[in-house]
Amino acid sequence: MPKDHGVGASSARREDVRFLTGRGKYTDDIALQGQTHAVFVRSQVANGVITSIDTTEAAAMPGVLAVFTGADFADVGGNPAGWQINSRDGEPMKEPKRPVLAHGKVRHVGDAYAAVIAETEEQARDAAEAIVAEIEEQPAVVDMGKALEDGSPLVHDEIGTNQCFDWGWIEDNRAATDAAIKAAPHVTTLELVNNRLVPNAMEPRASMADYDPGTGDYTLYTTSQNPHLTRLLISAFVLGIPENKLKVVAPDVGGGFGSKIYHYGEEALVLAAAKKIGRPVRWTASRSESFLSDAHGRDHVTKIELACEEDGTFIAFRTETMANVGAYLSNFSTATPTFLHGTLMAGNYAVPNVYVNVKAVFTNTAPVDAYRGAGRPEATYSLERVIDMAARELGIDPLEIRRRNFVQPDQFPFTSAAGLEYDTGDYGALVDTLEEMIDRDGFEARRRDSAARGKLRGLGVNTYIEACGIAPSNLVGVLGARVGLYDAATVRVNATGNIAVMVGAHSHGQGHETAFPQVVADMLGVDENSIEIVHGDTSKIPFGMGTYGSRSLAVCGSAVVRATDKIITKGKKIAAHMLEAAEADIEFTDGQFSVAGTDKSVGFGDVALKAYIPHDFPLEEVEPGLEETAFYDPANFTYPSGAYACEVEVDPETGKVTVDRFAAADDFGNVINPMIVTGQVHGGLAQGIGQALLEQTTYDSEGQLISASYMDYAMPRADDLPFYEVDHSCQTPCTHNPLGVKGCGEAGAIGSPPSVVNAVIDALHAGGHTHVTHIDMPLTPARVWSAINS
Amino acid sequence: MTQVAMTVNGKSVSGEVEGRTLLSDYLREDLRLTGTHVGCDTSQCGACVVHVDGKAVKACTMFAAEAEGAQVTTIEGMGTADGGLTAVQQAFQDHHGLQCGFCTPGMVMTAAALLEETPKPTEAEIRDYLEGNICRCTGYHNIVKAIMAASGQDVSAVAAE
Amino acid sequence: MYAFDLERPGRIADAVKLLSDSEESQPLGGGQTLIPTLKQRLAMPERLVSLTAIPEMQGVCLSDAGEVCIGGATTHATVAAEAGAYPALAALAAGIGDPAVRNRGTIGGSLANNDPSACYPAAALGSGARIITNAREIAADDYFQGMFTTALDEGEIITEVRFPVPEKAHYEKFDQPASRFALTAVFVAKYADGVRVAVTGASEEGVFRWSEAEAALSADFSAEALSGLSLSGDGMISDLHGSGAYRAHLAKVLTGRAVAAAR
Repeated sequence: MPKDHGVGASSARREDVRFLTGRGKYTDDIALQGQTHAVFVRSQVANGVITSIDTTEAAAMPGVLAVFTGADFADVGGNPAGWQINSRDGEPMKEPKRPVLAHGKVRHVGDAYAAVIAETEEQARDAAEAIVAEIEEQPAVVDMGKALEDGSPLVHDEIGTNQCFDWGWIEDNRAATDAAIKAAPHVTTLELVNNRLVPNAMEPRASMADYDPGTGDYTLYTTSQNPHLTRLLISAFVLGIPENKLKVVAPDVGGGFGSKIYHYGEEALVLAAAKKIGRPVRWTASRSESFLSDAHGRDHVTKIELACEEDGTFIAFRTETMANVGAYLSNFSTATPTFLHGTLMAGNYAVPNVYVNVKAVFTNTAPVDAYRGAGRPEATYSLERVIDMAARELGIDPLEIRRRNFVQPDQFPFTSAAGLEYDTGDYGALVDTLEEMIDRDGFEARRRDSAARGKLRGLGVNTYIEACGIAPSNLVGVLGARVGLYDAATVRVNATGNIAVMVGAHSHGQGHETAFPQVVADMLGVDENSIEIVHGDTSKIPFGMGTYGSRSLAVCGSAVVRATDKIITKGKKIAAHMLEAAEADIEFTDGQFSVAGTDKSVGFGDVALKAYIPHDFPLEEVEPGLEETAFYDPANFTYPSGAYACEVEVDPETGKVTVDRFAAADDFGNVINPMIVTGQVHGGLAQGIGQALLEQTTYDSEGQLISASYMDYAMPRADDLPFYEVDHSCQTPCTHNPLGVKGCGEAGAIGSPPSVVNAVIDALHAGGHTHVTHIDMPLTPARVWSAINS
Repeated sequence: MTQVAMTVNGKSVSGEVEGRTLLSDYLREDLRLTGTHVGCDTSQCGACVVHVDGKAVKACTMFAAEAEGAQVTTIEGMGTADGGLTAVQQAFQDHHGLQCGFCTPGMVMTAAALLEETPKPTEAEIRDYLEGNICRCTGYHNIVKAIMAASGQDVSAVAAE
Repeated sequence: MYAFDLERPGRIADAVKLLSDSEESQPLGGGQTLIPTLKQRLAMPERLVSLTAIPEMQGVCLSDAGEVCIGGATTHATVAAEAGAYPALAALAAGIGDPAVRNRGTIGGSLANNDPSACYPAAALGSGARIITNAREIAADDYFQGMFTTALDEGEIITEVRFPVPEKAHYEKFDQPASRFALTAVFVAKYADGVRVAVTGASEEGVFRWSEAEAALSADFSAEALSGLSLSGDGMISDLHGSGAYRAHLAKVLTGRAVAAAR
C-alpha cells in the first residue's frame, strides 16, 4: 500500500494552491513605494572597443533619475569564478575580470555597458536609446577551434590567449590510457558536438533593490536559486556591502535549471542605483534580453575514443574536449566541464583506463555555465553514443555490451578509473527493470507497423551515472572550489508545538515546502501540515548554498535531519526533567517521550510547551526554548544512476523525428515523495529530448545570436512529447547521508539525449541508411534529411 | 491617455491608459492582478493567457484599450464561489501538473478554454491545444493528464505520477 | 514600445479617414505580429487604427456565386469554426499559431503583412481568391509581390476576402519547430478549370505558385503525377531550420501529400 503521509507518501503539494490561484509572489510581482525602473543598454556587436559613451542627452530626458556606465564600477570588484582549475602544466586558469558593466570593451552581443534609471520603464528605454556610444567593432571569435589558433582575435587582450585552461584528468593515467588504446583490438572513435542550450526558465530574471538611508540596509529581491551565495558574492567580491547590511530575498522563483544559480551584474547595478537615487530600483528581463544575457549551457566539442576487446569488454575511454565558456567566466563555468564532467567519464563501467583532456575556450558569446545536469549530460552523451557505435560495429546488442561492462553490485564501494568512489548501485537491475518497461519483444511488430505507414522506427538505449548531492567540501576544496558546499537548516519548534524549518535550499519548482515537512513529520511524529518551510530569505535562514546539482534533499535535507535530531536530543532532556527520569532512559517514538520499561510518557507538544514555560527548569542543565541549527557537509557525492530507452519514428521523406515512447528506470536511493520525484524526471526528460531534437543555439560568424527568441529557439511543447514511463523502484540507498537519498533533479536531462540519438541512428539503419553513424544534436528534420541524403 | 472601462473577474474597473499599454500591464501594474505572468515578448509562451469575452487570448499581445467594455477573467477570477479550486485547478494539484508555477496561470486558463470547447478532449487534442503554452518544468505529462482527469476521464492507465 | 495613439473606429470609412490623416498611421488587425514588432521598437507609428471594432469587417458568409466571403477583421478561430463550406480553408485557419493567437489574429492582418512563412497567403493564392479593399478588388495573383510586400497602397485596408470553393483542396503544413509558422507548406486546390498549387515558407520571394506542378496535376490529380518534377533550391530561404534545397524538397513532398489528402 502506498503511504498516505510522511516519508514515501505522494503528499499533495501545499505550494500549489497559491500558484493555481494566481497568488504566487515572484520578484516582478513585488511593487515598492516609489519604485523606479532600470533598463540596460546592451552591445549589438560581439567584440568592440568602447571609445566613448555620451550620456548627456539621456540624463536630461523626462523621468530619468540616473545613468550608469562601466566607468562608475571601474573601482569595484568583478564577479568571480567560484572554482580554480589548473592546467596540466600546473598553471592556474586565466581569470579576466567580469565587471558589473562592460568597461573599455564589449565582448558579446548583449554585454551591458550602460544602464538608465527612470520613473517608468518606457522613459528609461527612451533614454537608453539616446545614449551615444562609439564602439569600434573588431573581428569576433565564435568558433572554439578558431579561437585557439595563433593570431585569432582575442576576447580578453590582457591575457594574451583565448584558452582559459588546458586540463587533464587524471594526468597520471594519460600514458597508460594511450598505451591501452594503441594496443586494443578494437577502437571506436566519434567526434560530436554537445549543443549549446539556453536554459529558459519561464520566469525571466528580475531584480528589485531597496536601500534604507536611515539604517544603511540594502534589500535585494531577486530571481535566485541561492540567495546566500548571491549575497556573499556581492559582499565579498563586487560591491563590498557588508553581509550584515545586505538582505537577499529570492521569493517564488519561476524555474532556474542552473541559470539562476549565478550572480549577475544586473543585481549589483540595481543595488548601487537604489542607494544613489534613494528609491527602489526594479528590473525585469524581457525574454529577448534573457536569451542574450542569461548564462547558457553545454557547448562542448568532443572527440571520444573507446577501446575494447572483440567481445565488447571496455579497455579505455579517452576524450579531448573543447568547452566554450563564452566571453566571461560565470560562477561555476570552470567546474562544469572539468570536475562535473571528466570525473564521470568512466560511466557505470568497470573500465580500467580513462583519460580526459578539456580545453576551456573564451569566445565572443554569452557566458556558459551549469545548466540542468551540468557536465554530466556531456559526459553521458559522449560515453553512451560511442558505446552504441561500438556495439553496432561489433554486432553486440546495445544493452548486452553495457551489461558486460557494468560495475557489479558486489564491487561497491567502487573507485572508478575517473577517480570517484561510487557508494552503491545496481546497474543490471536497472536494465532488467527497463526491459520489463519497454516491451522489447513487441518492438519488431511496432517497427513493421511504422514501416507500413512509411516510417522508420528505432529503439535507443543508454545508461547513466551522475555525481550529485553537491558536494563534499573537503574534496572539492582540494579540487579548486573556492566555496564550501554544505548546507544548513534551523528547526524552530514553537511553544504551541507547530514548527518552522528554515532551510538553505531554495525551492523553485522542486516542492520543498511539501517534501521537507514529510521528513520532519516522520521524525517527530507530528502532522506534516504543522510544519512550515522557510526558504529564500537571508535574514531568516542561518545560511545555505542553495539548490542545484540535485543537492537539496541529499545535503540540505540531511541538515534538516541533523537539526531535528538535535531537537529530539533536547526534547529528551526536557522530558527527563518532566518525567523525573534519567535522560539516558528516555526513548522517543511516534511523538512520545517515554521512560524505558515504564508506562510513563509525555507528548512532543507538551515538551515543546514546557521548553517555553520553564518555570521549574534546571537551568544549569537545559536552556529554555526548542530551536536547533545544523550544518551538514556530505562525506561524498551521491550517485544516482539509471537506464533509459527511447523509441522514435523517423519520416524519411522529411527527416522529422517523433518520440513515440520513452522509458526511464532510475535509482535515486530512498524516495521521500514519489509524485514529486516522478515530476522531476518528467521535466528532465523533456529538457533532454529538447536538447536532442529541438533546441539549437546559433551564433553567426559575427557573433550575432540567430536563435534569439522563441521564434527560432525551439522550446519543447506539449505536442513534441509523449507520455513517459518512469520507474524508481530500484533503490540502492546512499550509504553516507542519513536519508539514504541520492537526488533526482537532473537525471532526466542527463540520461535522455543519448537514447534519443541512438534511437534515430537505429531507425535509419533499419531503413537501410547504414552510412549514417552519427548526427549532431539537435536532430532537426533538416539535419536528419541531410544525413540520409549525404 | 485614454479612459478604459471593463469588467475584470466580475468587477467593473476603469482607468487611464496609454495607447501602448498592454492588457497584461494594465492587469499587473494598474490592477495589481499579478497572477497573469509575462514570460516572453513574441506571443509564444502563453503565461499571460486570460479570457476576454470568454475566449482565451494572450494578454501581452493585446492593448488594454482593445478590451474596452469586455468581460475579462484572469487566474485570480478562477475558483469556486466559496473560494475553492475549480475542477481544472484541483486536477492540476492532484496530478502534479505544476512545479515552479510560473506558466501555471496561463495553463489553467487555456485548459479551461479547451474544456469549454471540447468537454472530453483526447490526449492529442490536449497537446495540440497547448501549442501556445510553454512549460519548462513538467515535461507536460502531468498537465495533459490533469486536463484529462478534469474532464472526467479515467487516467489510471496513464503512467503513474 | 514607442508611444502612439490607439483609435478604434466602428466603420470602415472612419478607419480609412484616420489612416489617411497622417502618414504615421498604421492599421492594427489582431496585432499578433505587429505588437511583438512594436515591443522590439522596430516600428514607430504615431497612431494605430484598430480594425477589430468594425462590425462590417467581421464574419464568414457564402456569396450567391458560391464564394466563401470572409470579413477582413475576422479571426482565425471564426474562420475555423464558420468556413465549413470550404473545409481546407477552415482547417488551415485552425492550424495557424495557437488557440489564443487564433482568437485575436485576423485574415486581413495576415494577408496585409504577407509574412513569407504565413499560412493564409497560400490559401489565397492557391484558391485564386479576390482581395477586397476599401478602394478596389485585387486578384490574388496580383496581390502578393514578394516577402512582406503586397499590392496594398498606404492606408488601404483589406475589408473582405472572397474564396472560390474548389472541388477538392488540402493544405499540408510542415511546422518550423520553434515559431510553428510554416517551414514550408503547400496549398493544393482542384477547380473545374485546373489545379492551383501555392507554396509558402519556402521562397525568398514569399508565397508562389508552382506552375509545373499545377500543369501536371491538372492533367492527372495524383501524387504520382509529380514524380518527374522538382523545384530548385535557388532563391529558397536558407536559415538555421533548413537549407533552400531542403525547402525545395519539402515543397514537393508536401504537394504530394496535399494531393493525396485533398477532399
